[in-house]
Amino acid sequence: MLKTESIKQIIDNISDISKAIKRPVKFMEVCGTHTQAIARYGIRSVLPENITLVSGPGCPVCVTPQKTIDETVKLAIEGIPIATYGDMLKVPGTDMSLEKARENGADIFIVESTTDALKLKEQHKNLVFLAIGFETTTPMTAYAVKKGLDIICAHKTIPEAMQMIASDKNNQIDGFLNPGHVSTIIGIEGYLKIDIPQVIAGFKPEDVLAAILMLLRQIRDNKKNVENGYTRAVRPEGNPEARQLTASVFEKCDTDWRGIGMIPLSGLRLKNIYKLQDARQKYSDILKNLPEPKENKECRCADVIIGKIHPKQCAAFARLCTEENPIGPCMVGSEGACRVAYRYRDKI
Amino acid sequence: MCLAIPGTVIKIKDDTAVIDYGGVIKEAKIPIIRPKVGDTVLVHAGFAIEILKEEDSYA
Repeated sequence: MLKTESIKQIIDNISDISKAIKRPVKFMEVCGTHTQAIARYGIRSVLPENITLVSGPGCPVCVTPQKTIDETVKLAIEGIPIATYGDMLKVPGTDMSLEKARENGADIFIVESTTDALKLKEQHKNLVFLAIGFETTTPMTAYAVKKGLDIICAHKTIPEAMQMIASDKNNQIDGFLNPGHVSTIIGIEGYLKIDIPQVIAGFKPEDVLAAILMLLRQIRDNKKNVENGYTRAVRPEGNPEARQLTASVFEKCDTDWRGIGMIPLSGLRLKNIYKLQDARQKYSDILKNLPEPKENKECRCADVIIGKIHPKQCAAFARLCTEENPIGPCMVGSEGACRVAYRYRDKI
Repeated sequence: MCLAIPGTVIKIKDDTAVIDYGGVIKEAKIPIIRPKVGDTVLVHAGFAIEILKEEDSYA
């Protein structure tokens, strides 16, 4: 945060500058952990009316294509043991979620770390890890691939999605709160191609408020910089060792984002030397003829994750689609915009 | 998903550190950052991803 300013000063300065700017401004918190922090700490309640915060695509569970769920469910049903992070289990697939497949007897394990998956592989030799996540999470998969883990790869890189959103003329975003822990890995340099104001933010309430103030100052001063508001955890150069580990195992590729569609070079796939550990190739006979994924038409997660609508503007929100019975992925992930909005629905 | 929790390194062996999260003790891998005993690190999905600066060593 801005070391010289108290929280009260930050809030007062936000108020003063937003009055001086004299127009509505819309900031996107890219990271789902920020979405959670903003709701939990009631950040919106201290912001002037002309500042809107919208959630972005930084919830890996929310942007994993339904086809990936369908592929993983199919492998599980055919007897291949699956490990993945917990939130993925409830994401609806075309026929069923991984949780439903597990209820039907498939071997599906929740892990907190790829090292847990490696331990499980000692008991289940053909275990496949459903690998999701952004730059923060990919090095952990790379580490485990080097130790022999087979994966279905759904890893993505966030700056390409931010660039796509920033260049959408129908969706005016005035600035990004950049994801703190992705930035720990990619540093400031990872965002330099994106041509709107950006501030790397930490996750305490004062971090988020300070980042909003820094964005407002950039708008007032007509600047479009990438500033670091989370210096205690983010070096300008990020973590080169982590990026080297990722680059030694993965290469960039085009990939689909659920709701958004294909974003060029925003995905990762295993390099040729690790192709034998790519479960999609290893089990291509099982996965051929997989029906086209069918998403629920009532779900508007596609508009929620690019900040076009607030979850409450979706007709299914809190009626057809609830935390207990989600129909779309944004209601599943603990950082999903809909789930956060549902949990804090009386407060935001 | 990109949640990271701060903890203090109390022991290191090879590429594994023992981390104290205010009384809860767990192991974390350290292939991408090399902390020393006593450092406060951010841990994500079982791996330390950064050493927090001393000026404000909680995340």
